Amino acid sequence: MAHAAVHDTHDTHDHKPQGFLHRWLFTTNHKDIGTLYLVFALIMFFTGGSMAMIIRAELFEPGMQLVQPEFFNQMTTVHALVMIFGAVMPAFVGLGNWMIPLQIGAPDMALPRMNNWSFWILPFAFLLLLSTLFMPGAGPQGGWTLYPPLSLQGSNSIAFVILAIHMMGISSIMGAINIIATILNLRAPGLDLLKMPIFTWSWLITAFLLIAVMPVLAGAVTMLLTDKYFGTSFFNAAGGGDPVMFQHIFWFFGHPEVYIMILPAFGIVSEIIQTFSRKPLFGYQAMVYALASIAFLSFIVWAHHMFTVGMPLGGEIYFMYATMLIAIPTGVKVFNWVTTMWEGSLTFETPMLFAIAFVILFTIGGFSGLMLAIVPADFQYHDTYFVVAHFHYVLVTGAIFAIMAATYYWLPKWSGNMYSERWGKIHFWMSVISVNVLFFPQHFLGLAGMPRRIPDYNIAFADFNMISSIGGFWFGASQLLFVGVIVHAVYFSKNRATSKVWEAAKGLEWTVPSPAPHHTFSTPPVIDDSMLAHGDVSH
Amino acid sequence: MAQSHDAYYVPHGSHWPIVGSIGLFSTAIGAANWMNGSTSLMAAPLFYLGLVIIAFMMFGWFGTVIRESVAGNYNKQVDVSFRMGMMWFIFSEIMFFGAFFGALFYARMFSVPWIGGEGHGGLTNYFLWQDFTPSWPTNGPGNIGGTFETIPAWHLPLVNTLLLLSSGVTITLAHHALRAGYRRALLVWLGATVILGASFLYFQATEYLEAYQHLNLTLGSGIYGSTFFMLTGFHGAHVTLGTIMLIVMWFRCAKGHFTRNDHFGFEAVAWYWHFVDVVWLGLFVFVYVL
Ligand code: HEM
Ligand SMILES: [Cu+2]
Repeated sequence: MAHAAVHDTHDTHDHKPQGFLHRWLFTTNHKDIGTLYLVFALIMFFTGGSMAMIIRAELFEPGMQLVQPEFFNQMTTVHALVMIFGAVMPAFVGLGNWMIPLQIGAPDMALPRMNNWSFWILPFAFLLLLSTLFMPGAGPQGGWTLYPPLSLQGSNSIAFVILAIHMMGISSIMGAINIIATILNLRAPGLDLLKMPIFTWSWLITAFLLIAVMPVLAGAVTMLLTDKYFGTSFFNAAGGGDPVMFQHIFWFFGHPEVYIMILPAFGIVSEIIQTFSRKPLFGYQAMVYALASIAFLSFIVWAHHMFTVGMPLGGEIYFMYATMLIAIPTGVKVFNWVTTMWEGSLTFETPMLFAIAFVILFTIGGFSGLMLAIVPADFQYHDTYFVVAHFHYVLVTGAIFAIMAATYYWLPKWSGNMYSERWGKIHFWMSVISVNVLFFPQHFLGLAGMPRRIPDYNIAFADFNMISSIGGFWFGASQLLFVGVIVHAVYFSKNRATSKVWEAAKGLEWTVPSPAPHHTFSTPPVIDDSMLAHGDVSH
Repeated sequence: MAQSHDAYYVPHGSHWPIVGSIGLFSTAIGAANWMNGSTSLMAAPLFYLGLVIIAFMMFGWFGTVIRESVAGNYNKQVDVSFRMGMMWFIFSEIMFFGAFFGALFYARMFSVPWIGGEGHGGLTNYFLWQDFTPSWPTNGPGNIGGTFETIPAWHLPLVNTLLLLSSGVTITLAHHALRAGYRRALLVWLGATVILGASFLYFQATEYLEAYQHLNLTLGSGIYGSTFFMLTGFHGAHVTLGTIMLIVMWFRCAKGHFTRNDHFGFEAVAWYWHFVDVVWLGLFVFVYVL
C-alpha cells in the first residue's frame, strides 16, 4: 500500500459538494478553508474596527463624552484581542491556506480535516470572547496583555476570556502544524527548500514561531486562571510569586507574536514587488536568512516591553542591545525590497501601491521601534501614545496593508475576475492618506506625554486628538470601499482574469487557471527552475 | 520527501471537526460558569457534556482514520504527514511545560530572593516584607496556605521514577516485538507498560492524598504549592492520557491493526510516552530533589 496511488472516491472529493452547509462545514478543501478564514478575518476586522471607532469618538474631544470609562476600557482591550487573534492572524492563515499548496504544487494541505477544525474553532472562540461584553459585570478591562493583578480584579468574565484564548491557541497550533507538514512533506519533486517561493518561506518560519509560543501563552493564562479561581500564588508576592513574572512569560510569547503578524507580510510584499518590478527578488537567499534570523532574535528580546517595571541593570542593557540587533536583518529586507525595485520596469497596480506604502510606512514603525528600544528614552515613551503610534504603523500600515495588497494580488486567481483597478486605487489613496492622519499625530501626543488606554485627557492634547479621530473615521469609512471592490470583483465584474493575471507573474500558482479549480495538482507538477519567481538561484 | 508517489491522497469531508468545536465550546462555557460559582445546568453539567462530546468526536474521528488506514487508502506521504503532525504536537507540549518550568525557575532564582531583599529587591523587602528570609520551599512572606511539609524525593517519587523509566524500556521491547512480528510478546510488553503507567498514577494519587491530608501541602501553599501541583498535575494528566492511549493501542494490537512495517499509531503513542517520561525526569530533579 505504501506506494499506491489511491484517491478516495467519496463524492465530496471529486466534485464540489452539494449543499451550502455541507460544503462549508465539512470541507477539507484548502481553497474553501482559505476562503472561510479570509471572510472570518474580514468580519472580525470590522468588528474590531467598530470598537476603534468608539475609542476615537470618545477621544475626539477632551472630557467624558460618549461612553463610561469601564466601557472604554473594554473597547481598548477587546479591540486589540479581536484585531490580533481574529483579524490579522486568521487573514494570514487564510492566505497561507489558499496560496501555499498552489505555490508548492501540492493538492491540498497535509492534514485537511485538521485544517477544517483549525478554522471552525475560531467562530466559537470569538463568540465566547465577544459574549463577555454583554455579561453582568462586563467584559475584560485590563488591556489585551492581561497583566495581573489588574486583570484579575475585574469581573468574572475573565474566565471566559481565558478559555476563549485557549481555543484560539488550539486553533493556531493546529493550523501551524498543518502548514509545516504541508511545506516539508508536500512540495512538488525538485522544489528544494531554497527554491521555494518567498511567501511560503515566510509562512514556514511563522508556523514554527506559532508552535513555539502559543503554548507559552496558554501556560501564562492558565496560571492567571488558577491564581484567580484555585488559590495559586504565581503572581502574588505574598505567596512568593511575582506579578512581573507574568509579564516575562507573556512577552516571551508576545514578542514572537508580533513577528508572527509581520513575517507573512514580508513574504507577501516580496512576492508583489518582484512581479511589478519585473525583476527577480534581489538577494533571495539573504531574504530567507533574514527571516530566519528575525525569528531567532524574536525569542531573546521580550523584556523590551518591560523596561520600566524594574529589572536588574544588566537585564535592561542586554535587552536593549538584543532588540537593536533586529534592525540588522530588518534593514536587509528593506534594502532588498528597494534594490528589487531599482532599475525595474515598475507599474503601479493596486497591490504594488500597497506594497510600496508598506515598505515606507513599516520602516517608520521600525524606526519608532528603535527609539523605544533605547532604555532611557523608553522610560519617557512607555505607556504613552508613542507606543500606540509605533505598533499601529507596524500592524496597520504593515500587516494589514500587506493583507490588502495580497487580496488585490491574488483575488483574480481566487475569483477568476479582475477587480476594478480604478476603485482599488481610490481605496488605496484614501487608506494611505487617512491612516497617516490617524496615526502620525499620535507620535506627537506620546512625546508630549499623553498616556495610552485612557478615555479622557488634558486639553493640551486636544488638537492632535481631533486630527487623529478625523483620520480614524476617514480610514474606517475607506474600508467600506475595500468590501465594495471585493464584492464587485467576485460577483459582478465582467473582466475575466487570465491564468497568469499579471504580466510578469511567475511561479506555480500562475500556471493554474483563474479561478483556480476546486482541485489543483492532483499529480505533482514538474518544476522548471526558470519558472520560479525569484529566478534561478541554484548558482 | 515528496518523491515517493505518483498521485496525491486527499481525504473526503468530515463532520467530526465541527462536533469537536461544539464540544470545546460547551466545555469552555461550562468550566467558566462553574469556576464562577454557578450551580446551574450551564455550569458543571455543560462542562461534562462538552467532555463527552469531545470524547465522542475522538472516537469517531480516529475510528474513521483507522478504517481508512486499514482499508489501505493511505500512501507513504500521508504517513509522513501524520508523523510530522505528531512530532510538532509534542514540541508544542514541551513548550507548554516550559512555561511552568520557567515559572518555577523564576520563582526560585529571582522572585523569592528579591522579596527577601537580595539584588535590586532591597526596597521591596525593607518596605513590605522585612521579616522574610528567603528559602526554598516557601509559601512566601504571607505564609499563604499555612505551614506545610514537602514530599521527600527519595520515597514515592523515586519509586515513580523507576516505574516510568522501566515503562520506557517495556514500550521499546513491545516495539521490537511488533517489528519482529511477535504478537504475544508485543501484547505482554505493552500490557506491562500499561500496568506500570497505572501504578505510577496510583502512587501519584497516594502522594497527593498524603500531601493534602497530612502535610498541609496544597495548591494554595504559596508559590511552592502552585508550582508543585501545577507541574506534577499537568504531568499526571498527560500520563493519564498516555495510559488511555496505550490501552487503546493494546486492543488495536490484539485486533491485528498493525503490520511489522506499518504501525504509525503505535509509534505515535510510544513517542508521546517517552515525552511524558522525559518531562518526569525534569520534574524529579527540579521539583523533588533540588
Ligand atoms: C525594528 C523592529 C522593532 C523594534 C526595535 C520594536 C521595539 C518595540 C519596543 C521597545 C516596544 C515597547 C514599547 C513600550 O511599551 O514602552 C514595542 C512595542 C510594541 N511593538 Fe514593536 N518593535 C519592532 C517591530 C515591531 C513589529 C514588526 C511589530 C508588529 C508587527 C511590533 C509590534 C509591537 C506592539 C504590538 C507593541 C506594543 C505592545 C503593547 O504594549 O501592547 N513591533 N516595540
Ligand atoms: Cu517586542
